[in-house]
Amino acid sequence: MTSTAPPVEVDRVTRRFDATVALDDVSLTVQEGELVGLLGPNGAGKTTLLSLVSGVRRADSGTVRLFGGDPRDASSRIHLGTTPQETGLPPTLRVREVAEFVAGHYPDPLPTGELLETFGLTELAQRQTGGLSGGQKRRLAVALAMAGRPRLVLLDEPTTGLDVDARHVLWDALRSFHARGVTVVVTSHYLEEIEALAERVVVVDRGHVLADGALRDVVGRVHLRRVTLAVPADSEERLDRLDGVVGRDTDPVSGRHVLLTPDADALVREVVTAGVPFHDLEVRSASLEEAFLSLTRREVPA
Amino acid sequence: MTTIDRGPGPTTGRTTGTTAGTTTGTAPTGRGGPARGRATVPTLRLALLHFRYGFLETIRVPIAVVGTTVFPALALLFFVVPQEAVAGNPVAATASSAQLAVFAVMSTCIFTYGIGVAEDRALPFDPYVRTLPAGPAPRMAGRVMTGTVFAFLGVLPILLVAAFLTEASIPVLRLVVALVTLMVAGVPFLLLGLSIGYALSAKAATAIAQVVVFPLAFAGGLFMPPEAFPGWLDTLSTWLPSRAARDVVLPVATGGDVGVQAVAVLVAWTVVFAVLVTVVYRRDEGRRFR
Repeated sequence: MTSTAPPVEVDRVTRRFDATVALDDVSLTVQEGELVGLLGPNGAGKTTLLSLVSGVRRADSGTVRLFGGDPRDASSRIHLGTTPQETGLPPTLRVREVAEFVAGHYPDPLPTGELLETFGLTELAQRQTGGLSGGQKRRLAVALAMAGRPRLVLLDEPTTGLDVDARHVLWDALRSFHARGVTVVVTSHYLEEIEALAERVVVVDRGHVLADGALRDVVGRVHLRRVTLAVPADSEERLDRLDGVVGRDTDPVSGRHVLLTPDADALVREVVTAGVPFHDLEVRSASLEEAFLSLTRREVPA
Repeated sequence: MTTIDRGPGPTTGRTTGTTAGTTTGTAPTGRGGPARGRATVPTLRLALLHFRYGFLETIRVPIAVVGTTVFPALALLFFVVPQEAVAGNPVAATASSAQLAVFAVMSTCIFTYGIGVAEDRALPFDPYVRTLPAGPAPRMAGRVMTGTVFAFLGVLPILLVAAFLTEASIPVLRLVVALVTLMVAGVPFLLLGLSIGYALSAKAATAIAQVVVFPLAFAGGLFMPPEAFPGWLDTLSTWLPSRAARDVVLPVATGGDVGVQAVAVLVAWTVVFAVLVTVVYRRDEGRRFR
């Protein structure tokens, strides 16, 4: 029965754009009530994945199911809420009108007044969307996703470009909807955002799912430290024997060695204990890109 | 306000007995289970919804509306009213007005659909609307309603100028029949406009719409009567949709007989443009998003 079908079922899906493979044999199932973060750099395939689930695009191969139905059928999308890009709101329509237009597509929408109230848009109801600030447009965009009392919400980079306060307002709203049982899939290229929202994290890069698991587990693998040090040539091989190094590279400019590790303290202690003659030690957070790269190298061997 | 209130209205400040916050996995209460409860909002109501907001969006850019709706009436005012031979003759004045009414409908259809659809497709709101639980039919129907209203708005000033400043006369019943005929004769132009809108970018659509409308109007005898054409142009003209529309509407307005060829040509173009719009729309579904 459809009632037991999970909100999202993506099975071995591939989607190309000309020569580019946006998604390569991706499978992903999201169960009712989950709050899933899709994490990955720009161009990783996150948006393409969402567009398949929301019925905007078609998969080249594989199957995509939305509550057990084909997302390209309008009736499958009754319980789906998505956000427009903030730049895409019809500029001449008023905030209330856009909300009512969207709500009118659903058989059992939230009362518009209640929706605007929840997202702090009540005072802006009579303003034309073309005159809103970026943050106000974002808030409206996210509010629209909730207009039809959705059971599944797909949010693509919901807080990009927002200041800290506006971001927290939106996060709170999303958490409260999730607390009421709404399944949420949110994409971001900010680790901070995913950490604040998600319970389960799926890391996507270059059309592949690199990691999929509980927040703490995945963040531990993605949240790496970058330890840079210089070592005399005759001691280089000793770096190979260190534990806790998940990625290794050479800085192209300085020629120093770059070690990626989940625990910089332990690694430095180990280097000292082993008596490796190093100098120019530097420790900082690895960027997400660096972390993705190390994940890619381990799980998709070239 | 368009409210056909069957079932829960889209905008009513209704407080349902069902709580917004049902627990995990629960379908919205009060429906016959999720599988059976998957009825979308009825197509007619969605069409009216799209019509309402399409109309609002268009009317709030008044210059666009004024441009297409006032031009034909101005043409009547400047080119027909001063000519005593035409304006003073009831049949000639009625024919000239009908001719410009055909032009008004044709240009409104090609401009609002050609440029309007192309511009909508360029907005990121368009792919968003496609994620809402509605198929393409209500959107298309809403657009057709919007276009019809604006086409009538274009015809209205012509009727006023014709009634007050010329000797044009038409019995009420015939006027109604003529207006209905005008709308039906506008269908091929509507389809042509949609084809342009779905096939081209907004900039290209603007250019093409202009390139299409004015030659069609001239060669179709909408600005000057085909009787003034050289023989070859008159012959060519009878195969154009604009001339066919004119030749169908004019006799209805002036009480003459509608020629079979004009009807046949109009139907043929309708079929051609219907096929074209289907092809272009399908192609667009697969290609639009990059």
